[in-house]
Parts: sequence; C-alpha cells; structure tokens
Amino acid sequence: MTERSIRVVVAKPGLDGHDRGAKIVARALRDAGFEVIYTGLHQTPEQIVATAVQEDADAIGLSVLSGAHNYLFQRVLELLAEQGADDIAVFGGGIIPPEDIATLKAMGVKELFTPGTSTQDIVRFVREHIRAAV
Amino acid sequence: MTESERGSERPVRFETLSGIPIEPLYTPESLRGWSPEEKLGRPGEYPFTRGVYPTMYRGRLWTMRMFAGFGRPEDTNARFKYLLEQGQTGLSTAFDMPALMGYDADHPRSRGEVGKEGVSISTLDDFERLFAGIPLGAVTTSMTINCTASVALAMYLAIAEKQGVSWSRVGGTMQNDMLKEFIAQKEWICPPDPAVRIVVDMIEFTSKHVPRFNPVSISGYHIREAGATAVQELAFTLADGLGYVEAACARGLDIDSFAPRLSFFFDIHNDFFEEIAKLRAARRLWARFMKERFGAKKPESMRLRTHTQTAGVSATAQQPLNNIARVALQALAAVLGGAQSLHTNSYDETWALPTEDAVTVALRTQQIIAEESGVALTIDPLGGSYYLEKLTDQMEAGALDYIQKIDAMGGIIRAIDTGYPQREIADAAYRYQLMDDRREKVVVGVNKYVMKEERPINFLKIDATVEREQIERVGRFKAARDRAKVERRLKQLADACREQRNVMPVLVDAVKDYVSLGEISDVYRQIFGLYREPIIF
Repeated sequence: MTERSIRVVVAKPGLDGHDRGAKIVARALRDAGFEVIYTGLHQTPEQIVATAVQEDADAIGLSVLSGAHNYLFQRVLELLAEQGADDIAVFGGGIIPPEDIATLKAMGVKELFTPGTSTQDIVRFVREHIRAAV
Repeated sequence: MTESERGSERPVRFETLSGIPIEPLYTPESLRGWSPEEKLGRPGEYPFTRGVYPTMYRGRLWTMRMFAGFGRPEDTNARFKYLLEQGQTGLSTAFDMPALMGYDADHPRSRGEVGKEGVSISTLDDFERLFAGIPLGAVTTSMTINCTASVALAMYLAIAEKQGVSWSRVGGTMQNDMLKEFIAQKEWICPPDPAVRIVVDMIEFTSKHVPRFNPVSISGYHIREAGATAVQELAFTLADGLGYVEAACARGLDIDSFAPRLSFFFDIHNDFFEEIAKLRAARRLWARFMKERFGAKKPESMRLRTHTQTAGVSATAQQPLNNIARVALQALAAVLGGAQSLHTNSYDETWALPTEDAVTVALRTQQIIAEESGVALTIDPLGGSYYLEKLTDQMEAGALDYIQKIDAMGGIIRAIDTGYPQREIADAAYRYQLMDDRREKVVVGVNKYVMKEERPINFLKIDATVEREQIERVGRFKAARDRAKVERRLKQLADACREQRNVMPVLVDAVKDYVSLGEISDVYRQIFGLYREPIIF
C-alpha cells in the first residue's frame, strides 16, 4: 500500500477577516507537498469540522487574530470529539497570548504559532507531528 | 558606477520595500525632462503634489486621531474622554467583529468576539452610551465600519439630533469602503454590486443633508496590511475610488456635488521615502483622474485628503518596545508626505488592543513630531529632492499600469469578481514572507538581533464578563421594545432596498425606534443575498 500524502484543512473560524497568515500557511504547506484545503473566511466551528471529516483530513490548522481563540479552538475540539474524529490533529496560529497557549495546549491543541514564525517551522511541524491516516 | 565600485557595496538588496531598484546616487540627470510646473505646482493647487492646502501645517496641524474601541460602550467612552483630555483632536471608533459583520451581541455567531477587537454595538442604546457627554457639534468622529456603515451613520445622526446638534454641523468620516473589503479586509454581507449601491446611497444622502461628513474613506491601509506592495496599495485604492465615482455619476449625481467629500486612508510602512512618494503620487494621480476623466470643475473635487496610519503589519511581537521607534519613523513619513490625519500604533498592538500607557506614548510621538522636530514649519520640505521626485514618478507610473489593466477588465468590481487584486496581493504577501524566511529582508528582533529571553509586557485583556453582560443587556433591551413598530420599520427598509430608494432616511427612523444593527443586516442578507468569496491562496 502506498502512503497517501498528509491532508490539512486550513480554516478561518469566526468573524475575523485577517487572512494573510492563513493563506501564506496554506500555500507554504501546499508547496511543501501536502494536500491543502483552504475553507475561506467566516467559518463556524461546525462548518470546519464538517469539512475536515468530509475531506478525511489528518489535521486542521486554525488561524485566529481577533482574540476569540479560546472559544473557537475549544469548540472545534469539542465537535471533533463528539463526532469521534479526534484523531484529526488541531494546530493553529494568530495573536495568542502565552497563558492562552498553555490553556489551549492543555485542552488538546497540538501546537500554536505566533507572529514572527517562519513558514519552514510550520512545514517542519506538520512533517514531524502529523501522520496520514491509513 | 563601475562594477568594481559596486563590488565594494554591502551584500543587501538595494531596492525599496516594494522592490523598486534604488540607484547609488540621484542627480539632476535622474530628473531629466522633469518640470516642476507640471509635476508639482504650488501647494493647494493642481495637481496638489506638494499638499492639498496652500498653507499646509503652517495653517493647521494634521488631526491626531487615535483609533479606539473595546469592551462595552462605557469602556470606550472612558477611553475617548481620556484621549480628548490628552490633547487628541478627533475621535476614531473601533467596532467589534460582530458589529462589523452585521450581528448583534446576542447572536450565536458573535460568541467569543463581543467587545474583543472593538466596542460592542447592537442598538442606539449602545451608541448613546458610547458618545455620552461628548459634544458631537464640537468633535469630529471617524468610524471604521463598512458593510454596516449605513447603520452607524444613522445612529450617529440620531444621537446628534438628541443632543440638539443640527446635521449641517456634524462632521466625521465613515470608512464605508466596501470595495477594499472584498479585496483585503474581508468584512462583508452582500455582493459588490448591492454593497456599492448602499455606499452611493450614503454619498448621495450626506452630500444633501450632512455636508461636513465624509461618507467614505477610500482605504489602502487594509490592502497593504493584507500583503500588497506600496504600488499595489496605491493602484487598488485609486481604482476603488474611481469605482465609487463611476457609480455615483451613473446615479446622476454631479461630480462636484460629492467629490469634495471623498476622503482617503493610506498605510505608512517602513520604507521612509517610498511612503512619502506614495502620498505625493496619490494626490497627483487623483487630481488628474478627477479633472481629466470625470471633468470635475471645483479644485476641492480634485484634492486627495487622506488619513494615515502607521503599519500594523510592520510591528513585531518580539521586543515590542522597538515598535515605538518604527512608529516614530513611519509617523514622520506620513507628515512629510502631507497627511491630513494620523493614527500612530501603540507598541503593544501585536499582542492586544493598546493599554492607556502605550496609547499615550503613541500620541506623544505625534506631538513631538508636530511641536519639537521642526518638520511642520515649512511645506513639503522634501519637494525637489532628486530621489524623492524620481520615486514619486515611479510610484505614479507603477500605479497607472495597474489601473489601466483594471480599466481593461471593465472596472474594479469586475476585477474583484475574477479575483485579480486578491491574487496579486496574495502573491506579493507570499513573496514577502519567503524573503523574510530567507532573511533577505531584515526584521529587527525577529530574524536578526534576536534575544533568547524577553521580558514580557503587560497588555490589555478584555474580561469574559464583558461578553456575558453585553449579551444579557442587549437581549433584555431588545425584548422590551415595541415589536410591531420594529417590524414596521424593517418592512419599510426591505421595500426601500427592493425599490432602489435611498435607504438612509428609512434607517434613521428605524434606529430611533431601536431597530438593531443585526436586524437591519438581516434585511440586507435577505434582499441582496450573501457574498461568497473566490477561494484564492
């Protein structure tokens, strides 16, 4: 059996329209050889989880710059658990203060990238920590 | 310059932030054929390269306008009053994401976002608290709001009326630039055509009833922040402006009846000379378009008046105090570029909305430039510099090239439909990020001069109780209204939308009956449909 490539859903949850980071990350992951689905803006957690399940994604990358990260990340994790899809890894990025990073990681978010991160670091993270489902 | 001389140069890219090559030295040769009469003129005169007013800052300094808004209306009201006490000369309002996207605080889609990125507003009750004790006849207020700008304008006019201030004395600016929303900032309700129609409703309404109000602030800021180069920012902003002028003329409005109140808003990024050149080129290009393409007669119609803001995207989360130096240089460029109004970012804004201490340093930066540095004592002090004039010409030529491409596509709305400006910006943003990753562009404190350990700074946190309280209050307030009256107003609005009548008169009556921002936006959603973006990355 040949290993299929890692599939990542890059998503913008909530009402926040800052999409420069999400688009750059989506493109960097695609250029690195991953399969990338970018959801576009203004997605509800329900829509994002539905996309990830439907696309058989291995990971969801969430980008939030509006300060609503605590609620939105938690809701995505809850919905994944409810649907028995918590094998899909969740990582993310945005303007997220250190104490919230600790809280979100304790909740199950795999990694959080803050401003100034290079795209290579994000690519390396996906390569080393995300496995394609078989 | 010979190869061997070049060989002794530092191994860096000699180009502007936007990629325009920079020569080692600019001389009269660089400006061969250049005529000051044609390119510059006098300040306050066509083509306004040297400034839009004859006396510029000798007559009146720029307006120091700090963008503020967070939490409950009362929280922002207190910040407004603090800023006015500190010598600020105009207000600028930041709304939260639900208000910007057309949802009340108590809507499920607002969860987690109430009062976070700006002030929470649902009904006129919130607006009354926001401006309590602030005399609307004496200050001008700028509001950064777009797809729901019509609601905010109606609410502002309603409270002016309650304060006994006649609309003819009310001054301020609505951002209300929907085209750049589709291109860059990405807050929208309905598709471009109906969105522009509502913008034109506001242009028409204010030109007749609120003559001191700027109904739209044609904004490059967000285009730049989304990753555009300076040339793209200039080009897409002016193309958006041309789009509004075309739409207003198509409605039958006389160009000179509304053009004098169109205003602009540009980003001021790190490249000092390029930013100054951008503002000068913007004035010259706009003046020519208004005169030559639209046949404007009044000089006021040709004047590009602009607000400016230092580049949020240039601020770093690492070593945040360095941002104070960046902001000072950018603010100086805005002033040397002849801006009418300026917001200086606070050093902590990569982390959160600014604390009072941080916003005070940012305001003081402007006051130091205005009152200590001497740069405001003469007009366009860099005019005639070989380098700056050359760069101004290059910015102008680069922008014209883009605008011609957009014209060929049938104008900016059609270009947006095909995703053209969106794709150009995404490409530029990606290129820039790769240069940053490869350290071809130095970002001090991030990819060079990095510190292993950084002392954390204090930043503003919005307590979770704000959201809870605001949701409860809005819910209670809406439940206590006369429902039949609200329904009647919503029906009137739906009729005006369908029958192509100006929505503004209906909206002013509706908000006075406490019809909410979310309810009005629902009518827009129903009648005009929702916008779906082309997915480009």
